[in-house]
Amino acid sequence: MKNAKTFPRGGVHPPDFKSYTREEAIRNAPVPAEAVIPMSQHMGSPAECLVQPGDDVHEGMLIGRATGPFSASVHSSVPGKVKEIKEIYLPNGIKSQAVVIAVEGEFNRADGDPAAWQQMSKEELLTRIREMGIVGLGGATFPTPLKYSIREGRKVESFVINGVECEPFLTADHRLMLEKSEEILTGIRIVARILEPEQVLIGIEENKPDAVEVLARAVENAGLDYQVVPLKLKYPQGDEKQLLKSLIGREVPSGGLPLDIGAVVSNVGTAFAVYEAFIKNKPLVERVVTVSGSALAEPANLKVRVGTPVSDLVEDCGGFKESPVKIISGGPMMGFALADLDAPVTKGTSGILVLSRKEAGRAVETNCLSCGRCLRACPMGLQPVNLYKYIDHLRYEDALAEGLMDCKECGCCSYVCPAHIPLVQGMKLGKLMTRKKKA
Amino acid sequence: MEENKSILITTSPHLHEGSSTRSIMLAVTICLLPAGIWGVVVFGLRALAVVLTAIVASVLTEAVISRVLKRNTLPDCSAILTGLLVGYNMPPSVPLFIPAVASVFAIAVVKMTFGGLGRNWMNPALAGRVFVTFSWTGPMTTWLLPKTWGGADAATGASVLGFIKAGLIDGSGGAQGPAQFLALGNYPHSPFDLRLTQWLNTGLFGGRLEAGYVDLFVGSIPGCIGEVSALLLLLGSIYLFARKIITWEIPVTYLATFSVLVWVFGGLRFESGFFHGDVLFHLFSGGLMLGALYMATDMVTSPLTSKGMIIFGVGAGFLTFLIRFYGSFPEGVSLAIILMNMFVPLINRLTKPVKFGYLKEARQ
Repeated sequence: MKNAKTFPRGGVHPPDFKSYTREEAIRNAPVPAEAVIPMSQHMGSPAECLVQPGDDVHEGMLIGRATGPFSASVHSSVPGKVKEIKEIYLPNGIKSQAVVIAVEGEFNRADGDPAAWQQMSKEELLTRIREMGIVGLGGATFPTPLKYSIREGRKVESFVINGVECEPFLTADHRLMLEKSEEILTGIRIVARILEPEQVLIGIEENKPDAVEVLARAVENAGLDYQVVPLKLKYPQGDEKQLLKSLIGREVPSGGLPLDIGAVVSNVGTAFAVYEAFIKNKPLVERVVTVSGSALAEPANLKVRVGTPVSDLVEDCGGFKESPVKIISGGPMMGFALADLDAPVTKGTSGILVLSRKEAGRAVETNCLSCGRCLRACPMGLQPVNLYKYIDHLRYEDALAEGLMDCKECGCCSYVCPAHIPLVQGMKLGKLMTRKKKA
Repeated sequence: MEENKSILITTSPHLHEGSSTRSIMLAVTICLLPAGIWGVVVFGLRALAVVLTAIVASVLTEAVISRVLKRNTLPDCSAILTGLLVGYNMPPSVPLFIPAVASVFAIAVVKMTFGGLGRNWMNPALAGRVFVTFSWTGPMTTWLLPKTWGGADAATGASVLGFIKAGLIDGSGGAQGPAQFLALGNYPHSPFDLRLTQWLNTGLFGGRLEAGYVDLFVGSIPGCIGEVSALLLLLGSIYLFARKIITWEIPVTYLATFSVLVWVFGGLRFESGFFHGDVLFHLFSGGLMLGALYMATDMVTSPLTSKGMIIFGVGAGFLTFLIRFYGSFPEGVSLAIILMNMFVPLINRLTKPVKFGYLKEARQ
């Protein structure tokens, strides 16, 4: 794959650590005794809670209603009785209302009609996706129906399927592509009926040659004209802006959306969720999570019900091999460090990583050396160190003028900084302060 | 879970590529060692004393200031590197108080007054050297002859470039280039140089190689302790390139610009006219290799972007040429680099990267 594409500027090459779980087939995680299901599992306003303590719920039942287009519905992942409604902290530090369900009773969800989607109109398809509470599973959890609602007069040239999975350790998407390629294609076909794109591109990094092959074969068998495109290994290629630059060579304008350059990007996991919503009549209550890290006894790819506490997953993977130094929800480059293992898995949890000192150790911070490595690593063409200095000196206006809002916190700058300056932390702070000032 | 107390909470990213300020400083220090050891071999233990004095003075100064500021910056090892570079930029016969003063000036005035490592706008070691050069010009331009020439111990003489600079005041005497000029002035060479030149001339070069180039390349010439061996400086830099501690932009553009200018105009000082300058001679003489590979590439005082580094390298090459050929100093590297250091903020401002997503559609 010598001619594999990639984005031209910035990016880093962290070790991928995927060998822990690359060969591990997806297996079902145990059903938790108690599921904690947050009402805020997506970008945008939280869902409105529809149940009260004492209510009986069944698997797939709507328990949180979307409060607008920037919100998403939440369903129960288990049958049982609502024990309490409480406030919890999500891994990203945001407070959310959560429904605690004591599991009891039968899992008795019925499959849907596998051919029904072919007769549905665009609006019916979108409505179903909305009802099923589907959000982007790549990490940002952007409400999917909103993404697929194309305004009159705009045209989708490219529908891009993101199978890059550039975060180290994570293999959830990789396994999904290997094991569920036909299901993913069905999901893509359903979405393609809504978007009517001129072309469908499936981007996969070349450290997953088996996935490229399996998907290319599945596309051929199904007689589709989708292109499976191998991409050169480089973080953060899985970011939609970088992925579009790699695949179609165009840049999403600053502050804009992929649609501004005629593209819509969805994760392979999202395509699979769409498949399940239509063919299995199943709302988004389960997702594949990579549970990995050098401090974990038996790393695995698990199909996990939303609301399952992290501690259950760790236990199911044989517990700790050595005492962990850091526990992360998500990937090591953009994920959030967890304070304890009670946090639940949500729709956006792509991985749970238990890192030991050799991976998560940190060196002492020194003055900036002006080495310029952060500038060369930044895929957005920003000057991370200058932004950091502005923010450090409370000069938020200057930071904004230098493109603070274009930063997506991919972590390349902090990853290469020899002075170990917490650049991403600075960016996050800067954005938070800017938002506070506006409010 | 019972182990919760030991869990780290930080913002992302949770991985790091592994380098640190300390590892960079140590890597550069280690890559510089072979050239310094050579300096001690050719100039004797006197050279070692000079280098050690510079390092001790530098580390002590940083220690005292750290104490005063209550912020210990010694572990980043930059003071060792600065001291080493000050020592390398000293003639071996210099009185020991001079490297000490240069180090104190480098650390206390050039580095610490601006906020310590990373905040200085001029290379501390070079600034230290320039400071003592102008203060004690005599001892700073007295050169110990290398032991490899086989002469008397502790004999002093003119450096290659100094000999030419001084000699050319009375005209070139018909010499076609610097090597011939040295030969006309009976400038000595090591027996090794003469033997190897003879051997090379019987084969590869077919009689075209003049005496002296081998001495220049290997480092059997009078000069500063760490600058004489172009060979060992080049070898040491391979590791720095491999580790990406230095990138190609500054060394390549610096040396290329300088070489082109020497090639085009260098012959004018003699009777050979345009396009007859002796590039090889000037590349390996003076402090050019030390400057281009280890001092111009100092992260703190060089531009941030690739484009900026190219501008910086071209500027340094141009200034070195100008000073060496038309200034009153035989050298020029240190002054050229610290002059370019002053332009770095301006270069950075002019070479900001174009941000992603700001391109006009038409320009794609």
